Amino acid sequence: MRESSFHYENFKRRSRYGAVFLGLILALLIMTMVNINTGTVRISAAEILRILLAGQTGETEYHIIWQIRLPRMLMAAILGGALSLSGFLLQIFFNNPIAGPFILGISSGAKMVVALLMVFCLGSMGSMSSYALVGAAFAGSLISVGFVLLVSKRLQNMSALLVAGIMISYICSAVTDFVITFAEDSDIVNLRGWSLGSFSGMSWGNVRVSAVMISVTFLCTFLMSKPIGAYQMGEAYARSMGVNIRVFRVFLILLSSVFSACVTAFAGPISFVGIAVPQLTKLALRTSRPLIVIPASFLGGAVFCMFSDLIARMAFAPLELNISTVTSVLGAPVVIWMLVHREKEKR
Amino acid sequence: MADYYFKTEDLGVGYHGRAILEHVNISLKKGEILTLVGPNGAGKSTILRSITRQLRIIEGRVAVGEKDLSDTTYQELAKKMAVVLTDRVRPELMTGHDIVATGRYPYTGRLGILSREDEEKVDQAMELVQARELGCRLFTSLSDGQKQRILLARAICQEPEILVLDEPTSFLDIKYKLELLEILRQMAKEQNITVIMSLHEIDLAGKVSDLVIPVKEGCVYDCGTPEEILKEEFIRELYGLEKGSFDPVFGSIELPRQEGEPRTAVISAGGRGIPVYRRLQKEGIPFLAGILYRNDVDYHLAGRLASRVIAEEPFQDISDPVYEEAKEAFLRCRRVIYTDIPWGGCNRRLKELLEEVRSREEIACVHVPQR
Repeated sequence: MRESSFHYENFKRRSRYGAVFLGLILALLIMTMVNINTGTVRISAAEILRILLAGQTGETEYHIIWQIRLPRMLMAAILGGALSLSGFLLQIFFNNPIAGPFILGISSGAKMVVALLMVFCLGSMGSMSSYALVGAAFAGSLISVGFVLLVSKRLQNMSALLVAGIMISYICSAVTDFVITFAEDSDIVNLRGWSLGSFSGMSWGNVRVSAVMISVTFLCTFLMSKPIGAYQMGEAYARSMGVNIRVFRVFLILLSSVFSACVTAFAGPISFVGIAVPQLTKLALRTSRPLIVIPASFLGGAVFCMFSDLIARMAFAPLELNISTVTSVLGAPVVIWMLVHREKEKR
Repeated sequence: MADYYFKTEDLGVGYHGRAILEHVNISLKKGEILTLVGPNGAGKSTILRSITRQLRIIEGRVAVGEKDLSDTTYQELAKKMAVVLTDRVRPELMTGHDIVATGRYPYTGRLGILSREDEEKVDQAMELVQARELGCRLFTSLSDGQKQRILLARAICQEPEILVLDEPTSFLDIKYKLELLEILRQMAKEQNITVIMSLHEIDLAGKVSDLVIPVKEGCVYDCGTPEEILKEEFIRELYGLEKGSFDPVFGSIELPRQEGEPRTAVISAGGRGIPVYRRLQKEGIPFLAGILYRNDVDYHLAGRLASRVIAEEPFQDISDPVYEEAKEAFLRCRRVIYTDIPWGGCNRRLKELLEEVRSREEIACVHVPQR
């Protein structure tokens, strides 16, 4: 046994991965159930199954499930996963554990461009296609990322990078607020809720678009887990293993931006999920192997956002909280704990 | 040309398009070990970073195998060349085994999953650097020396044709330093792997390398065998040594001698004087050494540490002029330290000298027995 101790260790690690995935899937199922089940109208589990299987009937319950709760829940799951992976990719890119789309101002950049487009070009939210929304958000993300990259080239320093991100985030939010203030009344109602982040009012069209975009991006990310693993050793070693760093870095940024653009386009900027979830996932798995961490982070993000959305809906029902309010309360302590923990590790 | 495996022609290396070193010419056959020596900041790492494609080559060309480096893709190069760099690696939550396994990267499939064969190669590499017990431990929790061994194992299991190491011996204790160099020699001679590295220890450089290339700020010398290059005068010039000295025979470096009129003398032979010299040197006492035969190892060191040496040709009776010179110098000393000496026919006048000195009241005599 001693001879093959790290093979034994590998076996132990695999069992751990299995356990974590099992736990995540279980949590996902429970969250799905609870999310459909709870609300102003309570629907029992048996009834849910009946409605889901029976197909079109005229009941109110049918409408509540199919038109409101199911798309909302699916969006929370898909976008939550996307958000978490967006953060994961940025953390790899900047080699910085507290990088994330929200903190680096990427969500705010996306928000700004979407808001500008909505107010100036199209006049109202309804007349804009989902793809145009995502495209605008993607452009906004890239603008912010570009700016952060410019700054980070000059300042090779973790805290300076974050300060730059936060400043960009403020600038973009200021522009967004400015636009909203001068927008027509009918736009404001839509924009206010969206610009603070919310999963409410999702349509099946939204679900379709984001599901397609995110599953394609997820697949690309998953296929990149090998070079990502090499990149964790540092740029120089990755290059010596045959990774074309320049191409790789462009890919990382593009994938991360698509993820966060999808999220921002549909649900607005959502804070802390991108930082907290990948970190918690890695800790639970006790590995940073991308092949394992990428799917686990996606599941983790999905569960986290479904749970947060449930709280946002139910905590002060019938009043609804912003999703960021909940994710901040849950996620920020994790980030603080991480910072403290890292300090300790350095000593 | 054809039998050289690695070749650079008028290579210029540097940063931001400006060359800091030009005309680097290296020609290496398979299985040869080349060591870059030179002072800190001379550009050894810059050369290594350029030939491993970490830095853009500014001018000239580099060929690995048949192919020009600039025509080689990163993937192709990864199967030929492995590196051990000085970059700090801080991967989170990766064990020693995980790190070594990244060496198999160029050989694994799209998702990077190790096959049984890959696993075996990882095991062998860890065995070779005696790092098996580090396999389960987190890389970040290892000491610098242990990390270095893991990184070496990583490079080994990449199965390169050429291995490039930037200061591989830093952080290693002497045991692992020697083992590392022994492993490199074995790999070079048995598996025909070409090795290029930089070393700070010029003594080790002379012992392990087939070729040495000295690098000094702003200029690169030509490659040569250690015997051609590691000569005292040249090493002094290369490192700008003003104090201290380099001994090419043993490859050792010595602190500068204590200058001044010696008031202490040492009589010794056969290496027994060495600890005495070192002691006096550390205490800052200038001393006289004699009478030594020129083939005595004591003579060799005394030449570097003693402020004055009185010597005789080997296997000769001590001649009158040498004896007189020694006697005169010894009688001016206030202290004489002598060791056990194998007495024989030739050196009997040394015994005479010792008796003479001991009979003088004003000279304190100290005998250092052999331990």
